[in-house]
Amino acid sequence: MKQTFAIGIGGAAGQGVATPGDIFAKIFSRRGLHLNAYNAYQSIIRGGHTLLTIRSGTEKVTNMGDRIDLLIPLNQDTMDRHLRLLTAGAACIYNSDTIKPGTAASGVQLCPLPVSELADITRNKVAQNTLAVGAALHMIGIGFQALEEVLREQFKKKGDAVVGENVGVARAGYDYAAAHFTDFPNPMPKTENRYAIMSGNIAMAMGGAAAGVKFYCAYPMSPSTGVLHWMAAHARKAGIMVRQVEDEIGVINMTIGAAHAGVRAMCATSGGGFALMSEGLGMSAMIETPVVVINCQRAGPSTGVPTKTEQGDLWQMLGAAFGDYPRVIAAPLEIGDCFKLIPEIFNLADRFQCPGLVLCDLLLSEGRLSVHPKDLDFSPGIDRGELISTNGSPAAGTTNGGYKRYKITDSGISPRAVPGVPGHIHTVATDEHMEDGVLISDEFTNPIKRRAMMEKRMRKVAGIEAAVPPPTLSGPRDADVTLIGWGSTKGVIEEACEILNDEGISANQLQIRWLVPLHGDAILEILKDSRHTIIVENNYSGQFARYLRSETSFVPNGHIRKYDGEPFMPHHIVEAVKEQLAGHTKLSVPMHEIMV
Amino acid sequence: MATSVQRASQLSMADLKGKVDPDWCPGCGDFGVLAAVQKALVELSIPNHNVVTISGIGCSSNFPGYMNTYGMHTLHGRALAVATGLKLANHELTVLVTGGDGDGFGIGGNHFVHSMRRNVDLLYIVMDNQIYGLTTGQTSPTSRVGMKTKSMPFGNIEAPINPISLALAAGATYVARGYSGEQKHLTELIKQGIEHPGFSFLDVFSPCVTYNHDNTYQWFRPRVKKLEDDAAYDAAVWTAAMEKSLLWGDEIPIGKFFERTDVPTLHGAEPVLNEGPLVHLDPNVPPNVGRSFIEELM
Repeated sequence: MKQTFAIGIGGAAGQGVATPGDIFAKIFSRRGLHLNAYNAYQSIIRGGHTLLTIRSGTEKVTNMGDRIDLLIPLNQDTMDRHLRLLTAGAACIYNSDTIKPGTAASGVQLCPLPVSELADITRNKVAQNTLAVGAALHMIGIGFQALEEVLREQFKKKGDAVVGENVGVARAGYDYAAAHFTDFPNPMPKTENRYAIMSGNIAMAMGGAAAGVKFYCAYPMSPSTGVLHWMAAHARKAGIMVRQVEDEIGVINMTIGAAHAGVRAMCATSGGGFALMSEGLGMSAMIETPVVVINCQRAGPSTGVPTKTEQGDLWQMLGAAFGDYPRVIAAPLEIGDCFKLIPEIFNLADRFQCPGLVLCDLLLSEGRLSVHPKDLDFSPGIDRGELISTNGSPAAGTTNGGYKRYKITDSGISPRAVPGVPGHIHTVATDEHMEDGVLISDEFTNPIKRRAMMEKRMRKVAGIEAAVPPPTLSGPRDADVTLIGWGSTKGVIEEACEILNDEGISANQLQIRWLVPLHGDAILEILKDSRHTIIVENNYSGQFARYLRSETSFVPNGHIRKYDGEPFMPHHIVEAVKEQLAGHTKLSVPMHEIMV
Repeated sequence: MATSVQRASQLSMADLKGKVDPDWCPGCGDFGVLAAVQKALVELSIPNHNVVTISGIGCSSNFPGYMNTYGMHTLHGRALAVATGLKLANHELTVLVTGGDGDGFGIGGNHFVHSMRRNVDLLYIVMDNQIYGLTTGQTSPTSRVGMKTKSMPFGNIEAPINPISLALAAGATYVARGYSGEQKHLTELIKQGIEHPGFSFLDVFSPCVTYNHDNTYQWFRPRVKKLEDDAAYDAAVWTAAMEKSLLWGDEIPIGKFFERTDVPTLHGAEPVLNEGPLVHLDPNVPPNVGRSFIEELM
């Protein structure tokens, strides 16, 4: 098992949970440690309960894990909810002026901080937070210098006095811990590596910039808004036009308009906004103007649970817009993949002149992960496909009026001229049309031409299939159990497999990244040797299981599903696998023990 | 709208004729609008490959197919949103948006209002026939109270939208009304709208001879009065325009209600476009910029 250390910081929204979280994240990343951060919160600006879990280690940390080693409750509520879940070896640092500890399990160290004795709380409202960070730093064996550096950066803008004040308070906490609390046995390690700490939303936005996106627009919707925020803040540096639009219908249509003019255009939303975009996707497919649309799933249906995660939009994506049309759908596997996937899906969308859909979720969108800078390639290779642009592309030139935008070809791909190119004037239409763009839907309805155009567009599907690699199995082929997941569950399933292997149950994993094209034959080939197959997904009805069955007739031995809004923790999967291998059930729905 | 418009030498009406002839009913007001648009482009000599005609869905939205310019026949109500994206990606193009009253004021009402406040640099022509034609005659957002249609057989009980007042209130920087039966006048308004820097809204009475038996050529002819004939009318005064917009009855004003040129266009206000149209920018992020994005996170 990997060695990791997890800190949980909890309080009401507005109490300043984020700042200590950012401080720990910075200190860990500067020690060359990997980390994963997940914030459980609610749709409320002040109050409620939020719990930020930061888990760190020398090896890649792919999920929030099963255990909190150090709890910092900023209010009584957090203490009451979480102390009982701490196990031997863990510690809890709290403000003893205002918070009463409950009963802790044996071996849990309670660390009361007499906040009003250590700091002037009339001057510094978040003194308890800073004291706790200072105390924690000592207990995990990190020198004060690292904290002082981060605090100086954090408060630099507020002037020397504020910096001095905060460094002093932190120092008091640090020294108090030295005198009164027992340090953790293993100090936090240190490596020479350096990582970028990023959310999936930032990763997708940066991936867009790397892919050459020049137009981005959105309507704010959790949990996708982070993409808009990064884009807006970096628009001028990256040369991207960023607009906030009146609604998601406007968003998709504006995106298509920009793409039609010849730039790479992208937008992001969540399930509700995606529903509004549905008709627009059909237009993208029909006029063959490529766009990339990101759906950051939240728990649905309807407004659902806006701040919670789910994988419940698969069928919405598969069925978005009426009629048959080629599309690409991919689910990023982790936060680093959120970056990498965007240029890849743009190249496919451009080559095949169809919509590219990214099925992300809150867990990745708002979670944070350490990513190695070499995995953030700003020169990923841009393939615009058969584009005739105003920049004098070779395919331009005289056509003597014979240019056919929707020329019937073997590949189904027709060279695409953008407005402004001389000699290629044409009108595109959402109505069914002939090769030259003239409508056949109204008075000229023609079954032969309609069939030819449908087949032209749908021929692109074979090309897309050939351009996308099939999924692969990781782990021993003859394992006792095969866990099948898609998208964001990659990391937690991986860790569950490691735990199972440690406990003598060999497990392997098939994680799906490309949902369309699915490569059903390759999946069947992999699964035919599996001894016991279980599909793991974050939804109620087994959306992927139903999709896999519809495409391949494959029926797994069992299912593990979770739809309470919180992501899987490794032990949820481990325990469910054990109960299924013992024959107790074919459907496990793990209970989320932590009330957040 | 008007952005560094390139001039073509000797463009003729024939050059602007689309691949197919209009399928509008004989006598439809839209024929007059099509002719006036083509005439305006000829008179302004804008090369047709630099013009994009964008429409939604409806009888009048078949317009782009009858033009020999770049064209987009988009979704019902969405033409302005598509046009905004296209204009922002390549602001050197001349963008004409065409459609009907149902398309623009009904299903597309949200985009209509927001496009005006954004001052997107384009000309939006609504062929307003106060009826849904392509769906065979239902009440539209501009149908008068009492008008009987297939969807309101006992008479419309909902007040109509006043497109001119709405456009003025929403911040359109050029607001005019034309009449399909007044070709020369309409052509002038279209030219003004193309040349105006910002959002130009042109509502055109374009009678539906098949389904609207109330608002016919005979009905409009004696009522329409050109604002240009009133020497005292000043189209720079917003309140005067608002007052004129409320006139409806024996006298219905047509012509330019309002124009101001002191508001920046959407593309003009965005520094990202200072280097030229987005379509001409290098899609690759310079390595030092990419590195700086990563370093922010370390």
